[in-house]
Amino acid sequence: MFEHKKLIVSHAPFWHNGSSITERNYHAILATIPALILGILHYGMPALGVLTLSISTAIIWEYILNLVTKRTVTIGDGNAAVIGLLFAMLLPATTPWWLIIVGTFISIFIGKQIYGGIGGNPFNPVVIGIAILMISWKDFFDFDQALINYDLDFSMVYPLAALKHFGVSAISSISYGDLLLGRQSGGIGSTFGLGLIIGGIYLIARGFIRWEISISFLVGVFITAWLFNFADPDNYAGPFFHLFTGYTLIGAFFLATEDSSSPVNFIPMLIYGLLGGVMVVLIRNIGVYIDGVILAVLVINLVNPLLDKIRPKAMGRVG
Amino acid sequence: MIKKTFFGLIKPRLECEPIESSLSKAENILPSKKITLLLNNPTEPKAAVLLKERDNVKTGQKISLSKDSNEYVISTVTGNVSSISHFTGYLGKPYTSITINIADNELLDEEFKNHCKEPTLDASVNFLNFIPGSPPFNLFADPNVSIKNIIVCGFDTDLLVKTNQYIMKSNLDLIKTGIRILKKITGVENIILAVPQNLVSEANEADATVKTIKSEYPGTLYPMVMRNVLGFSLLAGRNFEDSGVCFFTAEAVASMGYAFSEGRIPMMKTLTLIKKDGSKKLVSAKIGTAVSEILKANSISLNEKDRLIFGGPMQGVSIYSEEQCVQPDTDAVLVQDRDDLSHISDYPCINCGECIRICPANIPVNLLVRFLESGLYEEGADHYGLLSCIECGLCSYVCVSRIPIMQYIKLAKYELDRTKKVEAANV
Repeated sequence: MFEHKKLIVSHAPFWHNGSSITERNYHAILATIPALILGILHYGMPALGVLTLSISTAIIWEYILNLVTKRTVTIGDGNAAVIGLLFAMLLPATTPWWLIIVGTFISIFIGKQIYGGIGGNPFNPVVIGIAILMISWKDFFDFDQALINYDLDFSMVYPLAALKHFGVSAISSISYGDLLLGRQSGGIGSTFGLGLIIGGIYLIARGFIRWEISISFLVGVFITAWLFNFADPDNYAGPFFHLFTGYTLIGAFFLATEDSSSPVNFIPMLIYGLLGGVMVVLIRNIGVYIDGVILAVLVINLVNPLLDKIRPKAMGRVG
Repeated sequence: MIKKTFFGLIKPRLECEPIESSLSKAENILPSKKITLLLNNPTEPKAAVLLKERDNVKTGQKISLSKDSNEYVISTVTGNVSSISHFTGYLGKPYTSITINIADNELLDEEFKNHCKEPTLDASVNFLNFIPGSPPFNLFADPNVSIKNIIVCGFDTDLLVKTNQYIMKSNLDLIKTGIRILKKITGVENIILAVPQNLVSEANEADATVKTIKSEYPGTLYPMVMRNVLGFSLLAGRNFEDSGVCFFTAEAVASMGYAFSEGRIPMMKTLTLIKKDGSKKLVSAKIGTAVSEILKANSISLNEKDRLIFGGPMQGVSIYSEEQCVQPDTDAVLVQDRDDLSHISDYPCINCGECIRICPANIPVNLLVRFLESGLYEEGADHYGLLSCIECGLCSYVCVSRIPIMQYIKLAKYELDRTKKVEAANV
């Protein structure tokens, strides 16, 4: 008999374009860096503490749950780190340690692992975590109260809260330039509008998030806010104010675009994003909550399976 | 290997490149000791009636196993049969593997010569099914099939492969003869010669309607060519012959032209050898030659855990032994070094949508793959476009989770087919 060399046998195709989940997640982390740097500059060591605690506990929870459910350990793919990071970016710098640990547990466990891990979650894990904390311990999410001991060189009034409680006149002194440059109070990584836009554009250009969702989300916010403002400028703030405050930008580029909970076809993506944008402004202007992004993202996550029904007909199918 | 572009918004361009004018003439490779021929054998007869071990065969002799079967192979050497055994091919396809030891003196079998005075369909069906390019003559012998369009493919379906383009360049006269004969023996008026842009001037010399095809993959796949050239799509889950369309490779047509003009059955299969460094070389090997002999002649060293593929990178079939042999439809041999292999993973789909954006058949791959992973093939076929798949492999190529999507699809189609057959047998 001839000498046998053992060859690798597998199925076609024998090429791969080299993309991977790890790459996607690490680039998502990279894209948050501009916004993070400013957050740390503003809020100092406490902000860094919240970030590191959040990322590390998210990874640890993922590891523990991998062990408990006897599945492959998936902390290496960077997804838990991204969840921890985005979670921290939404929090005020003074968040107590136990709240972070509870929050990352909710994100990783209820948000992701009980559905079978990455790819199975119907809702964005970060948003699930924040939503549950916001409802359970809402005092910690009152940015004016949380950041009371900070005195930076700009107005430390949380713009959305000012709008909600005191109306349009209270925000007349805030310039859009300040908002874009992060001169506003808020979450650690969610105030630096320009940084978030740069990160978002980076992710879009590299193909890691889908531009249709981000852009239609922002368009939805803009149009709805503009309509309100147009109808009653005395009671409702203008579209740019809504775009640059609160969680709008981080929501458009980092939360609504989470892969597993968002649609993939063109028209569904547009509807998904637009609906999210509309919901944000509706909740802010009419609802009781100060910021609507978290709940709006949950609502559009819920609509996602329905949107999946809208899809082009496969080639060669009759009827 | 073509990787993702830095700007991910731009789709990867997978161009089936035009043949380089620098590619030298195909080098002939002859088998040294033995050849192995694979006889398509759907019924698996218990014993070989017409052929047994130690029988002598002549070059060009038609070999079949039983009188009832239409399947045959053509011996490409003179020698004696050393073994007859079962061989299971891709997707469990049963073959009979016939190994022939080569004798010193070559004797030519004259049977075809007596039949080929006048080109006829009968002679083609009886002698030319096993020529390079494997022409589908059996379709014309089948009374249930009526072919109205023949598309002659002067292009290669897979990336990197250059075989048919080379034949178009080097054997144009034989193709012209072949097309003339094809028109005559099949009676099909509409013969279309489909070529990439760079071969239009050559194609215009032939007596056929010339159409250009898109050279960007998957525009070179038969279902896409059919849609571009004839203007209608392949119906999901149906064959080309159901729409009255039949494909011949340029090589098959050239081989047929050669057979009838020279009175000999052609035996040299042209194939593109793609080396580990990606460089390409055209070789012409006798059908039945072991891959190891081709590799040796080109001083390619094959190590443990390398990958050897019959066909191109997107649609080829990986083989498990370098002793496997060149068959009439082997258009390319691709050698991959173990360091260059792309690996698959068992991660679930993360719903990134890359497959949706690249799928040429508009299949909701992200939904389909979830059903296929759970073995729900019927649902996949009924609601998620499984049968529309043209098997281009692009979904697996771009999959971020590295799911072997195409393998799932092939498996699902195979299983559905199998259950259908079992159900039909039980009625």
